[in-house]
Amino acid sequence: MASRIYADRKLVIITTFLAIGFIYLLRLFYIQVIDRSYTLSANNNVLRYVTQFPARGLIYDRNGKLLLYNEAVYDLMVIPRQVKDLDTTEICRLLDITREGFIERMKKARDYSPMLASAFEKQISKETYGYIEEKLYRFRGFFVQPRTLRKYPMSIGAHLLGYIGEVTPAQVEKNVYYKQGDYIGISGIERAYEKELRGIKGLKIRMVDVFNRDVGSFENGRYDTASVMGHDLYTGIDADLQEYGEKLMTNKRGSIVAIDPKTGEILCFLSSPGYDPNLLVGRVRGKNFGELMKDPIKPLLNRAIMGQYPPGSTFKMANDMVGLQMGVITKDTRYTCQGPGSSPIRCTHNHVSPLDVYMAIQQSCNPFHWQVFRAIMNDPRYENSKQRYDVWRSHLISMGFGRILNTDLAFELKGNLPPSEVFDKIYGKDHWNAMTVRSLSIGQGEVLTTPLQLVNYAAMVANRGFFYPPHVVRTVGTEKTKYASEKNVSTINPEYVDVVREGMMEVFEGEHGTARAYRLDSITMAGKTGTADNPHGKPHSNFIAFAPVENPQIAICVIVENAGFGSTFAAPIATLMIEKYITRKVKRKELEDRMILINTINN
Amino acid sequence: MKEQKSIFKFIDRPLVLLYLTLVLMGWISIYAAVYNNEHASILDLSQSYGKQLLWIFTALAIALMIILTDAKFFNAFAYPIYIGTILLLVVVLFAGKEIAGSKSWFQIGEFRIQPAEFAKFATNLALAHYLSALDFDSRKRKSQIIPLIILAIPALLILLQNDTGSAIVYSSLALVLYRQGMPGSILLIGIAVAILAIMALMFNQYIVITGVGILLIGFTFFIRRNWQNIVKVIGIFVVASLFVLSVDYAFQNVLELHQKTRINVLLGKQIDLKGAGYNVNQSKIAIGSGGFWGKGFLKGTQTKFNFVPEQSTDFIFCTVGEEWGFVGSTVVMLLFLALIVRIIMMAERQRSDFSRIYGYGVASILFFHFFVNIGMTIGLMPVIGIPLPFFSYGGSSLWAFTILLFIFIKMDSNRLQLV
Repeated sequence: MASRIYADRKLVIITTFLAIGFIYLLRLFYIQVIDRSYTLSANNNVLRYVTQFPARGLIYDRNGKLLLYNEAVYDLMVIPRQVKDLDTTEICRLLDITREGFIERMKKARDYSPMLASAFEKQISKETYGYIEEKLYRFRGFFVQPRTLRKYPMSIGAHLLGYIGEVTPAQVEKNVYYKQGDYIGISGIERAYEKELRGIKGLKIRMVDVFNRDVGSFENGRYDTASVMGHDLYTGIDADLQEYGEKLMTNKRGSIVAIDPKTGEILCFLSSPGYDPNLLVGRVRGKNFGELMKDPIKPLLNRAIMGQYPPGSTFKMANDMVGLQMGVITKDTRYTCQGPGSSPIRCTHNHVSPLDVYMAIQQSCNPFHWQVFRAIMNDPRYENSKQRYDVWRSHLISMGFGRILNTDLAFELKGNLPPSEVFDKIYGKDHWNAMTVRSLSIGQGEVLTTPLQLVNYAAMVANRGFFYPPHVVRTVGTEKTKYASEKNVSTINPEYVDVVREGMMEVFEGEHGTARAYRLDSITMAGKTGTADNPHGKPHSNFIAFAPVENPQIAICVIVENAGFGSTFAAPIATLMIEKYITRKVKRKELEDRMILINTINN
Repeated sequence: MKEQKSIFKFIDRPLVLLYLTLVLMGWISIYAAVYNNEHASILDLSQSYGKQLLWIFTALAIALMIILTDAKFFNAFAYPIYIGTILLLVVVLFAGKEIAGSKSWFQIGEFRIQPAEFAKFATNLALAHYLSALDFDSRKRKSQIIPLIILAIPALLILLQNDTGSAIVYSSLALVLYRQGMPGSILLIGIAVAILAIMALMFNQYIVITGVGILLIGFTFFIRRNWQNIVKVIGIFVVASLFVLSVDYAFQNVLELHQKTRINVLLGKQIDLKGAGYNVNQSKIAIGSGGFWGKGFLKGTQTKFNFVPEQSTDFIFCTVGEEWGFVGSTVVMLLFLALIVRIIMMAERQRSDFSRIYGYGVASILFFHFFVNIGMTIGLMPVIGIPLPFFSYGGSSLWAFTILLFIFIKMDSNRLQLV
């Protein structure tokens, strides 16, 4: 039989079958065990990593008033494919849009994707949301997605609080925490306390099917992490004082910084011109930022820590204190003043002569302070000008000049208090002396200070010789910041500080005091006017003060750029601020109105 | 009673066990492929796995009926069964319901029946009957042509239904002819033709023709160069060239666009992961992501979330690959190979030519499905829509494969009786 003849063909057939099976097994081994790219593709297919954004921390003032919080806004989302039996008229009426607007929005959504959700109407107000929510069940395919925006309820403290914005690609590269599209603090407190405010992002791993529909959590959420809300910040800011200061500085360039000398807490921190911080939030941020950037009066510049001004006469007490501490003068030392005929620095005031340090501060006598500086720079205990200058300078640094104060504010500048090497370079070694650098004695020349340094110096005087680093935030969540425990003791003995304190009191109380016009019966104040010559036009009007003298609660520095005399602008503004802070109510309405109305912005 | 006992006594237990194992694993795979929490009950008739359970029980009933049938019945009624199914194939062309482009289904209430599936065992029976006839003589021209006609009629009718995959299955019965004495060279020529066709599709036709020419010239160095042989070589060259040209022509003008893209994607001429290549790519992702041990029962994501199309029918092997990994895939492959080899070995022990030829037919048909279906899911074969026997969801295919197999089991249990 034929069939038996070909029986060995079964081996050919079986061998062929097994060979093919073997090839298939090899192929399976390759795609399942060797080539792992399929696992990756499978995860890309199914897993969606959904970031859980924590709420950013809130910021409070010293009295528990909210300075910055998160406002819920609502985006109305649509999945075009799921829209069915829609009452178009109704939805147009609720959103207050036209029929054409509706068609256009739907088209945009459909172009993006018919299957995926896209925003139909962004940032719906709470009121509209209220209406829509009730009727939402009738609009199939629509849903509401809550989002948060930063909101500055009092519209104050733009430079202080700062703002947030999307991270840059460079930041994403540098810090693994951030992903494209995340928000990060860009300036002010938002930047300085970014880590504390942002909280910790959570991650949910969801699974989607082939239509990108959510089909549940991955492994019952085993790998999910919850987000942790950011810490709230409790600041030392007095919101009312801040608001009042911003009002007073209307139409003026300059800065006001006030601190509580007992703790270093900043009470008020403003740079003028400012802007409404709510302008840099949400959808309008880009456009508004561009406009503020272009503005020639530079509203974005933070003058309080980045403005470096010649301190002018407010600097005189620092020089006096060094002289007293070094022992080159005593509180009774008198120098003569020939008024406008004085040399090398003339005096603009007409007063008794010779005069002591108290009188010299009260009347801001230039020749007296030059004499003090000369005495320091001729101190026979030291070999040369360089050594004497270095001693003078180190005392000033201990008061916080010429260095950053390590506050919690970003971009703090250190002013200028040049080291002696700078003069060696300019004039040559041993070729300079008191005379060469005489302007320093009255706060002009090379020396530059920021408003923050000046107010800190006022606080140091108020404290009779020490200060705490000025800072905005007193508590993060429940944890106190370090600043109030970092006592900086200056090199000046309290008894010498007392001398200038008394002189500063005389500025208000003395017969010829430069701020006598603004003295108050209810509050004892101590201060010093400054009229700082500068290359930009009229002198800067500045003033430092603290009050009440017997128990200082506030130290303040006011600078009004190119306004003129310190006694005309900065001094009244400073006293109004002190009155506001201590009595909570300003009685001098006329002065207040006048100050608000003064316009020096284009001087 | 005594007779009843003897019927079951000679049933081949290993084969039945293999069958039951595969059916059970198939059902588990279907359950996993379409599982969702809302319909967790295995008896839920609204779900594929609920229905499949129904198909399994009825299939077992059919298997039992076949066992109880007289073995001689199948030989005696081979032609009537064949003619009956051919008639069904004709009727379905007119009265059938078109689903997914193929007009191959009878709709009866909720259920659908696909006659093409049943035509396989019927054709196999008819072929075995013809080849085992006493007057069969393979040297006669008539005896060579009639088997081809038996195969061609159902294949052509199924082709007319637009079900190319099921039509190609009949080519597998060439193995039966080979076992019966058809010269191996015909099989080799068939394979050569297939390779030539693939070459013609992959490369420029003239390059292929040149290649064939060079090969043939090289070939002449190994044979005696007399006139006869040279004429033969030239004849082969002409035929091959015409074939290459006609393949290209047919590809351009006869095939439909979706068939063209499928072939192009398989040949690597076209990369289209969203379109025609999508199925294969997703299938490979599902299987590949299973890794060595698999993701575990009901943990597969690619199949469950519909990334893999037809995940309970043609692409059911993806579920095995994804959830049971390389280990599980290997087990299933080995079970299939064991089943097929077992059938061949059983065929060889038959005393009757009819049973042996039928057995080879069963092995060939099963192997062809295995070869094409699994090859497709792992990207080694084009996407040809034929089911994986015992695994793929579907009543018609499960019934048909069960009948195909159990007729052979019945014949085998009867092998010791006189023919």
